[in-house]
Amino acid sequence: MNADNMKMRAQLKDGLLEVKVLISHPMETGRRKDDSDRLIPAHFVQLLTATWNGKIVLEAQWGTGISKNPYLTFYLQGAQVGDIVEVTWHDNLGESATQKIAVTQA
Amino acid sequence: MKRRDFLLGILTLATLAPIKVLAALWNKAAFESTRLQDASRHLQINAEIPSQLIEIVAPERAENGAIVQVEVRSHIPQTEAIAIFVENNPNPLIANFIFNNGAQPFVVTRIKMAENSEIKVVVKSAERYFTHSKNVIVLSNGCG
Repeated sequence: MNADNMKMRAQLKDGLLEVKVLISHPMETGRRKDDSDRLIPAHFVQLLTATWNGKIVLEAQWGTGISKNPYLTFYLQGAQVGDIVEVTWHDNLGESATQKIAVTQA
Repeated sequence: MKRRDFLLGILTLATLAPIKVLAALWNKAAFESTRLQDASRHLQINAEIPSQLIEIVAPERAENGAIVQVEVRSHIPQTEAIAIFVENNPNPLIANFIFNNGAQPFVVTRIKMAENSEIKVVVKSAERYFTHSKNVIVLSNGCG
């Protein structure tokens, strides 16, 4: 999957950087059935990592309990306008995507 | 990202910071546990201390269990990780967030809830574990 499947925003608000991430992903639990009563295989994001200017700031391990089209907001202290935030996810079927953006002032 | 690049990335990280890599591996046993106590055990959580320094913002009543927005913030010094559990879900462990290098122990995300349940948060700080819970009434099963 490519980065079109991710939307990101990184804005400084009162000195704190707010990073919002929205990922297009089915987050199938493996317990749902399709119209023909067959189980839909599990398909979900397991790992999301975020870096700030190349340093790891957040590692998130996820299970199937994260909602479809996962949404995440996290916060960084000490960031400045122009800093680079990069987010990468990996799912249980080996798919992944990465996106990076520059920090802006809110 | 190609698998090879990912593996190379892991190798690079392994050289720089072996501990981080262990943390980066998905905890299969914990996520696949069907009981909260087993999931906790697989995360090596022990002796949980109740704490009001953990803030959980979630609706009292969730119309749709498929999308329940939860905000979790730890005011405990040196918070390293935040784990979110939904006790009555088929797999209670929802997420485990590990913070480094200036990340604030504060996340907002959306989770699935099968039925009325406690949302339980466990915060790791300097090898100690703190906990707080919030009950949510769920009007429609979100776990399909």
